[in-house]
Amino acid sequence: MLFINIAGITLIALIVWWFWLYKPQQLKLGEGDLVIAVENGTYSPSRIKIPEGKPVELKFLRKDQSPCSETLLIPKLEISETLPSNKLKQIQIPALEPGEYDFHCQMQMYRGKLVVG
Amino acid sequence: MGVKTEDVRSRSIEELIIEGAGCASCVGKIENALKSVSGVENAEMNFAQRTVSVTGTANPSALVKAVERAGYSAKVATSQSGDDALAEKEQADWAYYKRLMREMTVALSLGVPLMIYSLFVGEMTVTTATERVTWLVVGILTLGVLYFSGKHFFVGAWQSLKNHSANMDTLIALGTGTAWLYSMVVVLVPHLVPEMARHVYFEATAMIIGLINLGLALELKARGRTSEAIKRLIGLQAKTARVIRDDKQLDIAIEDVLEEDVVRVRPGEKIPVDGKVIEGSTTVDESMLTGEPMPVEKSVGDDVVAGTINKSGSFLFQATRVGKDTALAQIINMVKRAQNSKPPIGRLADIISAYFVPVVMIIAVISALAWLNFGPEPALAFAVVSATTVLIIACPCALGLATPMSVMVGVGKAAEAGVLIRNGEALQTASKVSAMILDKTGTITLGSPKVTDVLVASEYDEQTVLQLAATLESGSEHPLAQAIVESARERGIETTKVSNFNAIAGHGVEAEVDGKSLLFGNEKLLRERQIELGNFIEKAQELAAEAKTPMYFAVNNELAAIIAVADPIKDDSVAAIKRLKDNGVRVVMLTGDNRATAKAVAEKVGVKEFFAEVLPEEKSKKVQELQMEGEVVGMTGDGINDAPALAIANVGFAIGTGTDVAIESADITLMRGSLHGLADAVAVSKATLRNIKQNLFGAFIYNVAGIPFAAGVLYPFLGILLSPVIAGAAMAFSSLTVVSNANRLRFFKAKKH
Repeated sequence: MLFINIAGITLIALIVWWFWLYKPQQLKLGEGDLVIAVENGTYSPSRIKIPEGKPVELKFLRKDQSPCSETLLIPKLEISETLPSNKLKQIQIPALEPGEYDFHCQMQMYRGKLVVG
Repeated sequence: MGVKTEDVRSRSIEELIIEGAGCASCVGKIENALKSVSGVENAEMNFAQRTVSVTGTANPSALVKAVERAGYSAKVATSQSGDDALAEKEQADWAYYKRLMREMTVALSLGVPLMIYSLFVGEMTVTTATERVTWLVVGILTLGVLYFSGKHFFVGAWQSLKNHSANMDTLIALGTGTAWLYSMVVVLVPHLVPEMARHVYFEATAMIIGLINLGLALELKARGRTSEAIKRLIGLQAKTARVIRDDKQLDIAIEDVLEEDVVRVRPGEKIPVDGKVIEGSTTVDESMLTGEPMPVEKSVGDDVVAGTINKSGSFLFQATRVGKDTALAQIINMVKRAQNSKPPIGRLADIISAYFVPVVMIIAVISALAWLNFGPEPALAFAVVSATTVLIIACPCALGLATPMSVMVGVGKAAEAGVLIRNGEALQTASKVSAMILDKTGTITLGSPKVTDVLVASEYDEQTVLQLAATLESGSEHPLAQAIVESARERGIETTKVSNFNAIAGHGVEAEVDGKSLLFGNEKLLRERQIELGNFIEKAQELAAEAKTPMYFAVNNELAAIIAVADPIKDDSVAAIKRLKDNGVRVVMLTGDNRATAKAVAEKVGVKEFFAEVLPEEKSKKVQELQMEGEVVGMTGDGINDAPALAIANVGFAIGTGTDVAIESADITLMRGSLHGLADAVAVSKATLRNIKQNLFGAFIYNVAGIPFAAGVLYPFLGILLSPVIAGAAMAFSSLTVVSNANRLRFFKAKKH
């Protein structure tokens, strides 16, 4: 029984670490074509580093059919766009101050972050 | 409108589609033709695709013309039109719906018989060797169902797990996966499991997958209905336009119409783009955009708007705004944007749903541990069931959907009534408006005053007075001035030359005409200039009591006449103001006019509170005063003169005149002049907020009550433990409930008027 309890608590710790404490690697928006795929409940990549003070363009490609994934919201920037399915959608990001800007779908099941700076 | 693609207009890449280029040698010709256009940096043609991409700052219409001069035809490659995108989306949705229904059928055709067996035939336990073999077959069939009908949950769960995020898929995959794995362990290695706990849950696995797919399919259907309003707006766009180029009439796709093209519209046709009438006259039905039922007369010089319908005559107009710049396109854009924005009330739900899934996973583990430690036998079976049920019943979707679905329908509903709501925040604040300030002129009244009385002093006659006054006022843009000029014109009086014209803000005007110094304005102004008013004050008061605006006219510092002007009250102002008051809103009227006129108008429309003789710059102060009293203040004005007051108010309502909407200027734009739009706006926002609250309440209660119930908190007292199948059904239908409740808003009707 003790073993089971320890296993359970370890599992909880693992959940906390994996979902909240771990900082995933971020991809830099480079010269090349970085396309953010919207598929299977995720944006990939989901953390995108962009330079500060410079407008950039993000490209999204939605491969997922679920209606939730259709809307892309960047609340801090008042951006709300509809992503057509299986078509590249360009989204203009204005010059930004350093910081983190969340983006997500309508229900927030798909989540990502723009890291500026 | 926030961040838009226009910002990059300065230097951009333009894609042109070339027609009529049959040989490879045309490439050089077309490229050179384009490069000769000023502003073009580079032009490269892809011959295989018949497209050219042009870099630089040149205007697309100049590019098209250059190609045409070279002997080919070209059009700008636009991103697909709203209509096509919509049709494509509907097709995709339909395919997705069919897939979900297929998956649901497969899953339930295994799940339902198993359910019936477990309910009526016997316990699904594994004791004998035959049972083991039978259940092994069922287990493999269930795996097939998981693969066929539930693959997307597992793939999604795995993908998001890799990304350190968790969503609905995670919960469903974990829940059904746990149930299936446990059952397989029971079948394959029964001796690992205590005898009493040797129970299989294949029916739960198949049922949950089937029900959730059914829920998703129904939700998709219901969602389709939430976007009806925007579909209707997009449907207003014409598909083709009849343009006249080089004396030839061409039917071309609406995307190809360029600015300054001359377009012909026949009776009964939709007007394809925005423009100015250059020939002919007609009446146009603008009700689809403004909600204004009466057709509007149009003749040379008048603006026409895309999406409205030409009723009677055939006319020519010159395109002034095309593509995404037309008023209709902007309205569609704004409604879309607003539909996807969230009012502050949804923020808490957002924060919760961001942490929701991992929390539910932790609760599932805790629940399993609790059963294993303290539960009765078979503790292991109880632990598995409770963990599965917790994972399945939790529904972050309902929480996440609660606000956006209602906003979607509410904003769309408002747009149908000619009310454009900028964003979710404006919607929420409008629902809380406790005091509404109405500007009198142009808001309560028509805003185009007419001269009603001319009372002259003995030494003058009406003709002379009107001539001088009209000459003086011909330089002024003030509506009262316009009324006098208009009145003089009607009587055939010619105006002469004005010099030294000076407008005294909020008071009047002065100038010199024919060597006479003229002064025209209110009582305050004339008293300041120490002009004797005599018994004219009483006459003025009498006029004012009839809701007319008396203005004093002095020639060479002597009073010459009172000219009274009245601005008729809009037909429906009284009814609309009553609707506002019935909705519990304190209505306050503001005007630059004198007290007596203000009082008369206020009385006629049933407003008790009013402020008269308010200078334009004082309007925002009045808004602040009301705010200090603790009111949530809505300010209604024309959006141009009242901009500062509109900005400072909690919600600014701009009253548009026709379709000439000042979309940028206010939180809420009323596209028709009637105050009913205002009452509609308040009523719709109240109804939407109520709907959001119902949704949020439902979603919170569902999760807050459902999860402990699923974990088995009732078991020690009542001996009840929820079945995972019920949890699956509850979850599948909780988000459907939210969407359906939001859809109820579609039937919301602003009161008849």
